[in-house]
Amino acid sequence: MAKGRIVAGCIAPHPPHLVYAENPDQNEPTSEGGWEQLRWGYERLRESLSKIEYDVIVILSPHWQTYVGTHFLGLENFQSLSVDPVFPNLFRYHYDLNIDVELAKQIHDKAEKSGLTVKMMENPDFRVDYGTITTGHLFNPKWDKPLVVISSNRSTDYYSAEVMQEMMIELGRITRETIEESGKKAIILASNSLSHRHFTTESDIPEDMSKEHITSHAMHLWDMRIIDYIRSGQTQRILNEMPEFIEQAIAESDGGGLSWLISALDTPEYPAILHGYGTIIGTGNAVVEWPCYKHEEDSQ
Amino acid sequence: MSDGEIIGSYIVPVHPHTYLVPEQNPGWANLRAAFDEAALRIKNSEADLLIIYSTTWPSIIGHQIQADPNPEWVMVDDDFHDLGSIPYSFNIDAEFADAWNKANHERGLKSRTINYYGFPIDVGSVVALKLLNPDNAIPAVIVSSNVYANRSETSVLAKACLDVVRSTGRKAIAITAMSLSNRMFTENIEPEEDKIHSLKDDEWNNKILELMGMGRLEDVGQLSRTIQKQIRVQKVVAFKPMWWLSAMNDNRNDLTGEVLAYEPIHGAGAAVIHLDPTSCGTGDKEYDEDDVEYFHGDRSVLDSNDSELSSIDDAVEMTEEEIVAEENGPELWEPTTADGSVNTDSAPKPVGAYPHARRVGDLLYLSGVGPRQAGTNSIPGGPIHDENDEPLDYDIKAQTHAVIDNITRILEEAGSSLDQVIDVTIFLVDMKRDFQGYNEVWAETLGKIGPARTTLAIRALPTPIAVEMKVIAQLSE
Repeated sequence: MAKGRIVAGCIAPHPPHLVYAENPDQNEPTSEGGWEQLRWGYERLRESLSKIEYDVIVILSPHWQTYVGTHFLGLENFQSLSVDPVFPNLFRYHYDLNIDVELAKQIHDKAEKSGLTVKMMENPDFRVDYGTITTGHLFNPKWDKPLVVISSNRSTDYYSAEVMQEMMIELGRITRETIEESGKKAIILASNSLSHRHFTTESDIPEDMSKEHITSHAMHLWDMRIIDYIRSGQTQRILNEMPEFIEQAIAESDGGGLSWLISALDTPEYPAILHGYGTIIGTGNAVVEWPCYKHEEDSQ
Repeated sequence: MSDGEIIGSYIVPVHPHTYLVPEQNPGWANLRAAFDEAALRIKNSEADLLIIYSTTWPSIIGHQIQADPNPEWVMVDDDFHDLGSIPYSFNIDAEFADAWNKANHERGLKSRTINYYGFPIDVGSVVALKLLNPDNAIPAVIVSSNVYANRSETSVLAKACLDVVRSTGRKAIAITAMSLSNRMFTENIEPEEDKIHSLKDDEWNNKILELMGMGRLEDVGQLSRTIQKQIRVQKVVAFKPMWWLSAMNDNRNDLTGEVLAYEPIHGAGAAVIHLDPTSCGTGDKEYDEDDVEYFHGDRSVLDSNDSELSSIDDAVEMTEEEIVAEENGPELWEPTTADGSVNTDSAPKPVGAYPHARRVGDLLYLSGVGPRQAGTNSIPGGPIHDENDEPLDYDIKAQTHAVIDNITRILEEAGSSLDQVIDVTIFLVDMKRDFQGYNEVWAETLGKIGPARTTLAIRALPTPIAVEMKVIAQLSE
């Protein structure tokens, strides 16, 4: 069996506003558009990856929040209606997605062996979180690739950002090694925003772009700092500064996704591609791709 | 119709063990028995409405109120999905939900009702309603816990709810779905291994339970921030359900409390507590925070003292009175005390040398009364401009309500009352913008009494307020 590999790693944020703005058939509410900069960013990401072969998408979603370890979706198919509990006016999405249970179980087992607390989610009544659905739709609207869905263990809340990073760096390493052992080609997605201070009010027309901007200058500075590291291949600095980023920008990377992603990509020192940046109800969001496949080709 | 009231309050745990697998652990069974006892007490009461504040339903854009008359689905817990599924079909009082939402807006809050097929009702609400109201005999309403809300917003949320309970004559039960200490074991454990996560958490839980058993709910509310720091995971801003529940009980400290059960659920402190409004006869407040009637201002994000960001937020909160006092107009004066003067600490201080009112014969002449609050000098509904005279959005209805409340306090101090007002002159700084809102509040209040009225547009008032009233009233015989 050929060695598997991660062919790309992405930051793929999940605000339901992006799906709402796109008006896909699966989503009940309709809009007049909005957040085009970010949606075009997702378009560029999809275009960039359209010529690459891959078998599976691995997502870590901060909106499946688990306190007792890290969980993995463990049934082959999930179909239901996902209603965002915070923005139900924007996101009521009928989903039908497939899971690569084999790979999920392999990551689960390897993580368990290394001492992490893990659990497979095998309850057929379980509703997949809206973050996974949103990222899944925006990344691959055809839903024609199986997913591995990993929960967000809330160790930042329970302990500290440092403890979260220790756990997520370990889980990232395990994810990479398991993918390599599986023989599969995988794209891995951290489904998170950057700065994450919301507006506490909503416009009468949610997609009114005249009301959209970053919540504060400080949040903008943090987002640009992290994006600068991303674009210049300084991912170790992101890990180093993660506790301050989480605390001062209320960053959604507190859910572990970004640390896990960087670790799974083996702390890349080559530049990532920034496909788009924009704000959504004041939060900072970047669509980013680490083109591992290209980096490997360049290295050969 | 008699005035509505809160006829009982309950605190119940949120995790699904008590519903799905109580037999797996004696403590969970004990909690289930306490749930059953609480359900029996509710059934045997006059309750016609259950009001749930759930800590497992977070919201960002203000508060959300469930308004689907019959939400149905199958709930599976994010963490404890292996324990099973909970199908539900609830009886929601959508009319009350709409009225509460409206009352929230009138008190300056952001909120909205939720009525969408398939909306995921949170685990805390599902467990509470399934166990406390198993046959759906009593309609319920559920409100979210806003992640950014602090004490003032959470308390005003309760006061708006009470407005509707009272005006609709309901006999309501207030319920908070919550843990005490909420630190769970982060590893899988066998049911028989369950215990409170740490001795410190257990000690704090017992401290809370002791106060609850004494009916000292407001004391627990005022310890909220300390409790949050001691035994709560730091993600959420505060131990805020106690603010809500205390305000639902008029911030009382003399309720009749009874702890029906206290046990661990996967390490978290889980308790079923009954608070009866009957006074236990003891327990006055030992200290009081500012009691806010209307919400104005932005929300804090995080309350930790550890971060620079939070310390800014804390500074805003801690020095609000001083800041507001400085920002909301000129220097404040002590009211003058010539013969016949009527003054009260419960009305805002004057901005010049004059009394709150002057008694002449059988008549009482009030000085111009605005919406500023006694003690804090804050302006319900918000000031009309900032310190640089940049205009701000404000709520004329909230300001008008506050004016009438201040008038009532001055009248009562003089031995008169609102229904003895005979003539009112109203000054508005923006007639075009504010007349309608002010007029609606007038119709609901003084309009029902029927004094003569004159409404004038003026350029400005000494403080950044939009409305002031000059009142003449009769004195009680």
